[in-house]
Amino acid sequence: MPKFEYAPAPESRDIGRLKEHYGIFVDGAFRDGAGEATKTINPANEEPLAEVAEAAPSDVDDAVRAARRAFGPWSALPGRERAKYLYRIARAIQERSRELAVLESLDNGKPIKESRDVDVPLAAAHFFYYAGWADKLEYAGFGPSPRPIGVAGQIIPWNFPLLMAAWKIAPALACGNTVILKPAETTPLTALTLAEIIAEADLPPGVVNILAGGPEVGQAIVEHEGVDKIAFTGSTEVGKIIQRTIAGTGKRVSLELGGKAANIIFEDAALDQAIEGIVNGIFFNQGHVCCAGSRLLVQESVADEVIAALQARLLTLRLGDPLDKNTDIGAINSAAQLARIRELTSSGESEGATRWSPPCEIPDRGYWFAPTVFTNVSQANTIAREEIFGPVLSVLTFRTPAEAVEKANNTPYGLSAGIWTEKGSRILWFAQQLRAGVVWANTFNRFDPGSPFGGYKESGFGREGGRHGLEAYLAH
Amino acid sequence: MPTKAKPSKAPERLRVRKTYKLYIGGAFPRSESGRSYPVTGSDGALLAQAAQASRKDVRDAVVAARKAQPGWARATAYNRGQVLYRVAEMLDGRREQFAAELTAAEGLTDAKALSTVDAAIDRWVWYAGWADKYAQIVGSSNPVAGPYFNFSLPEPTGVVGVLAPQDSSLLGLVSVVAPVIATGNTAVVVASEQRPLPAVSLAEVLATSDLPGGVVNLLTGRVGELAPWLASHRDVNAIDLTGVAAPDRPPLQQAAADNVKRVYLPGGLDWADDPGTSRLAAFIETKTVWHPIGV
Repeated sequence: MPKFEYAPAPESRDIGRLKEHYGIFVDGAFRDGAGEATKTINPANEEPLAEVAEAAPSDVDDAVRAARRAFGPWSALPGRERAKYLYRIARAIQERSRELAVLESLDNGKPIKESRDVDVPLAAAHFFYYAGWADKLEYAGFGPSPRPIGVAGQIIPWNFPLLMAAWKIAPALACGNTVILKPAETTPLTALTLAEIIAEADLPPGVVNILAGGPEVGQAIVEHEGVDKIAFTGSTEVGKIIQRTIAGTGKRVSLELGGKAANIIFEDAALDQAIEGIVNGIFFNQGHVCCAGSRLLVQESVADEVIAALQARLLTLRLGDPLDKNTDIGAINSAAQLARIRELTSSGESEGATRWSPPCEIPDRGYWFAPTVFTNVSQANTIAREEIFGPVLSVLTFRTPAEAVEKANNTPYGLSAGIWTEKGSRILWFAQQLRAGVVWANTFNRFDPGSPFGGYKESGFGREGGRHGLEAYLAH
Repeated sequence: MPTKAKPSKAPERLRVRKTYKLYIGGAFPRSESGRSYPVTGSDGALLAQAAQASRKDVRDAVVAARKAQPGWARATAYNRGQVLYRVAEMLDGRREQFAAELTAAEGLTDAKALSTVDAAIDRWVWYAGWADKYAQIVGSSNPVAGPYFNFSLPEPTGVVGVLAPQDSSLLGLVSVVAPVIATGNTAVVVASEQRPLPAVSLAEVLATSDLPGGVVNLLTGRVGELAPWLASHRDVNAIDLTGVAAPDRPPLQQAAADNVKRVYLPGGLDWADDPGTSRLAAFIETKTVWHPIGV
């Protein structure tokens, strides 16, 4: 496969309209949080981007008070009026899409082509989709007079900062709830810019409150008596802590947790397309994706061919400046995540798997990890069991469909799975057998606001997206 | 216990009493622990000794439920519906027996006992009909922005632990078990602690209704002893805490978090009410499948 040389084509960082200082958004106003002022870092060069005056638990009290006050009038508003606020937000995200994309790539490290073509458009689409539900809830199949739950505490991860904010806020507001959102500590900037958009949309004060902060802020939200519902996206470990914490409180909860998805390649698959699907499945967003296809299951008869073609393809990937429009692999989001990826990959080697990465230049500064493929992986290996959340693929083989199903389901997780074959009946059989909430057949990592997303087993419960996504924000 | 006057001489024919046992994997074993406990009627008279299940019985029941689950889920929805309807048929044939058991267990009048049994029979019919319709009301074809065919459908969560209601020993029991199995789950059920006998008799109905062994497993014994093992069991996917008093639920909810179990906490508990679909919804997973459209 020829590798073309490209001149650098960086997007201008000025488009991000980065400010020197950010605060929190409570009761319709921006202010400094009572917590520590921290620096959010550009993971591509380790330079501080901005100072963020983070929230403290006392700010959570204020936000809950504001959200409770706002809940009555907001939930009493006719659905068509709530809808129009959400449509406004969707349109404003579209208007400021370039700014948001640059800001996201700066703060998160993901390639600009992903923030520009995936994260930001999907965030706008999510608001647009749920806007239309706000005045149609009686037709959604959740009873003749659906009611909101109340104040929703929402805690989101750093891998899709703006998109996850949209996934949380849009359905909550459409159903008439009010919201306290905590973005991840390493990626608060696009959520705080979304707060600006929300303020400019004239959303009533207190309907959405956004608190930048660390785990203690998240804990304060989860434990707060004035919060009626928790929505969390993040690790299974923290999800279990949240589930334990809310036991006996009457709080509702929905959890979108980790994954260790199998991507299954049959010998009759369209292999060129499958290779693209494998690459997209695990190297999209540096593998910082809970539904990433991190376990490749290849039929033994084509394993050598697939691995060779995959390696040839990986030689063409470009790792580097997230703002460069030609970049395929951006920066790892944080030093802590990089350390975890390193630790897990070294266990892969020490447990006997064979490690391969394309030769690629790693920038001197910043957090980087070359795309990595492990072969000779056994199901017992740590890298085949634990979520790495990085650009690391473990390759296993199978002979029969039954063996493929057995291996694919051999995990406590159940978020997603992929199947590549030209045989229709086999696709549908696998779709039935795979214990996962999303099955991509001859594709991978597709998302849409109308498509329910969420896990089986220890990948959590509740769905986001589609009609199904309303259930998590309606009272039973 | 009120003492009844002993008959002065032996009756002409002695009744053959039933041994009340557990129902696991389609068989009726005693508790492996060898324990039993006395069950008294609403008037305080001894009705029978029931098996007092142990932790090991819980584990055996989960193994049986797990083994039966894929086959039950793979059965066609039409077939599952017919099996549930068959349960109604079998129950209807024994309605006087169950009415007598309810009178003894719950102190109902004869008329109330019969109407309660009838409501339980009708509940099986209600859920029998849902088996092949539920996917149509909660499934969807999703209009995504791209050349993909995308659909969502409900699938069973897996093995469900059910703490059956304490008060309503038949209608309540049927109301919590039928929706779990209608969608393809299998169940490990802990019967009402003080009123377990109608549950054991219901197991006999299930055993003669073409329900594959292991789809419903029924334990009698101490809820406080059995519920924690069920709540913490790693191979149980969901748990229904209906039969546990509210103050006793939080530790079970905490234990359930160990493997992210789905936990069902009931709302209103008037078993005569229209059951609705909330119990069907509680034990399903939504699966979404994507495929490109092209030539």
